[in-house]
Amino acid sequence: MNTSENALVNAIDVRGLTKRFGTRTVVDNVDLSVAPGEIVGFLGPNGSGKTTTIRLICGLLTPDAGEGTVLGLDVRTQSAAIKRQVGYMTQRFSFYEDLTIEENLTFVARLYGLKPRAAAVARTLEGLGLSSRKDQLAGTLSGGWKQRLALAACIMHEPRLLLLDEPTAGVDPKARREFWDEIHRLAGDGLTVLVSTHYMDEAERCHRIGYIAYGRMLATGTVDEVVSGSGLVTFVVHGSLKPAQIREIAAADGVEQVAPFGTTLHVVGTDREKLEAALAPLAQQPDIKVEPGETSLEDVFIKFMTGAQDRAA
Amino acid sequence: MNAALSAGRLGAILAKEFVQMRRDRITFAMMLVVPIVQLLLFGFAINNDPKGLPAAILALGQDRYTRAVVSALEVSGYYRFERRPESAAEAESLMARGAISFLVTIPSDFGTRVERADAPRILVEADATDPAASSGAVASLQTVANRALLRAQGLQAATKEQDEGSLSFVVHRRYNPEGITQYNIVPGLLGVILQMTMVMMTAMALTREIERGTMENLLAMPATASEIMLGKVLPYLAVGCVQVAVVLSAAKLLFGVPFLGGLALLLGSVLIFVLALVLLGYTISTVARTQLQAMQLTFFFFLPSLLLSGFMFPFAGMPGWAQSLGELFPLTHFLRVIRAIMLKGAGLDDVGREVFYLAVFVPAYAGLALMRFRSTLD
Repeated sequence: MNTSENALVNAIDVRGLTKRFGTRTVVDNVDLSVAPGEIVGFLGPNGSGKTTTIRLICGLLTPDAGEGTVLGLDVRTQSAAIKRQVGYMTQRFSFYEDLTIEENLTFVARLYGLKPRAAAVARTLEGLGLSSRKDQLAGTLSGGWKQRLALAACIMHEPRLLLLDEPTAGVDPKARREFWDEIHRLAGDGLTVLVSTHYMDEAERCHRIGYIAYGRMLATGTVDEVVSGSGLVTFVVHGSLKPAQIREIAAADGVEQVAPFGTTLHVVGTDREKLEAALAPLAQQPDIKVEPGETSLEDVFIKFMTGAQDRAA
Repeated sequence: MNAALSAGRLGAILAKEFVQMRRDRITFAMMLVVPIVQLLLFGFAINNDPKGLPAAILALGQDRYTRAVVSALEVSGYYRFERRPESAAEAESLMARGAISFLVTIPSDFGTRVERADAPRILVEADATDPAASSGAVASLQTVANRALLRAQGLQAATKEQDEGSLSFVVHRRYNPEGITQYNIVPGLLGVILQMTMVMMTAMALTREIERGTMENLLAMPATASEIMLGKVLPYLAVGCVQVAVVLSAAKLLFGVPFLGGLALLLGSVLIFVLALVLLGYTISTVARTQLQAMQLTFFFFLPSLLLSGFMFPFAGMPGWAQSLGELFPLTHFLRVIRAIMLKGAGLDDVGREVFYLAVFVPAYAGLALMRFRSTLD
């Protein structure tokens, strides 16, 4: 297979991926296709199987069922070859805190057999802007710097696929912004990225997203596709409401979610007519205004979560 | 209102501790099962007055007095004559190898001297590399043999003097004529110290990575199971070599323990032993999930190997089943090898078999560790 053909093959192409721990099915029949150079966001509540799916893809776990390819290599049998071309950034900082920054990078460079090693390490240090602090112990770095170091170490061997497991958890907004700029720069150079996150704003920075809950992939597509595919309608209620009124709205037929946002209340449901009927009495009141609003990704996810919970229960 | 000791709060902490204790199965096992097992094991296995010690008899004469003495010694229970070497040289080699603890030599003119009442003598050579092991057997010699001799002559011992008789034993404490305990203990300590530090350090090898969360990353990178294993144990092999140098120097300079055998053979055997130990520790780390568990498992291994290897109590004094169990510890074989080399000047011919047993532990532990090692997180 030559490179031009290779570029056409999906970076990730797995079907029916299933993983059980004991009797618990953690990943249940997951299909996932990611084109080269794409940034795909992986969303879902805690314990939904995001980390497990990522570990299945990079060969850290063996699937109980399912098949497919990662970078054109069989996910079941060629995990050693997959590991060489994949960069995996774990959820928890997993470099050696008792080694210096430079020692950590040298370790990685040697494991991947990078040559010339010193140049690779120096280049990475420079890219990080840590050349002057290279002798500092990795454990003494702040959360943001640890995350940057981990990312730099993961892409040192120039992987073709980058798997990021909640990379920005506990990182401040500025560092998060910079992190995402870096991800887009890497994707621009052709790197494929699969990133799991809890943050809606990060999901919106992905080309496509996949939503997973209780091990099942519930929706995939662009943010707009996922939002419109959910069929949700949102109304925004302006004006001060009493707690009793909010409870009344929440209990009304057709109302699926109510969420206060500052002085406004977002009311979400699938049936536009029922929703309008439920809000009609409020709209009559002089100090309250009801207008159609935009359904957010968060609304969609909450719908998914409730739905999946009902199914699981 | 806020008393220094509130029953409610104390109760909360106690309840929590008990729940956590119950959850940690290995700790639970350590508390209940291990003491019982060890009590039974050691209670029945350890014996400070060992009987049935392997012995050889070099009887040059075949008269009835010789036979009487031999059978009396056997009946005493201290000796088990399982070899009848043909020559003094063969007997010597048996003792150097540690196959026998005693060599009883009855001269050819023994019968004649008994009949002539001409101060008959028997030579007993005891392996004194473990002075404690042979003392009971040596102490019983005189009385047992004399009685037998008198009976054979058709006499009865009328007085205490007669009981002691005319028969005299010449006892040679071989390898350690002064019965210095350090000669036995110090080479053994080398083994024990190495075992304690090597196993304990390498038992943490993988659990440390798991606890710090670095294992996931290590596995995601292209490192194979054998690379990780060798990479983790070889540094400790170097640490072990430093320890060997320190302990051996101290043995020589501080305790004056003899170094009779070849240094190359000694160091070669120690190296094999240390390699077996670091691999054993690594095997433990593939089983344990936390560093605490690794420590507990190490200790669980450590105590029986200390007690059943012949370090603290004479190996020959243990019942057969306990001896078989003792053979499963590298320390047992190492003690035999190092005592034979240092104190008896044994060569490869003498200790080759034990060194081989020691070497068997290396591939055995390595294989077990590689089998147990999970290169995935399943």
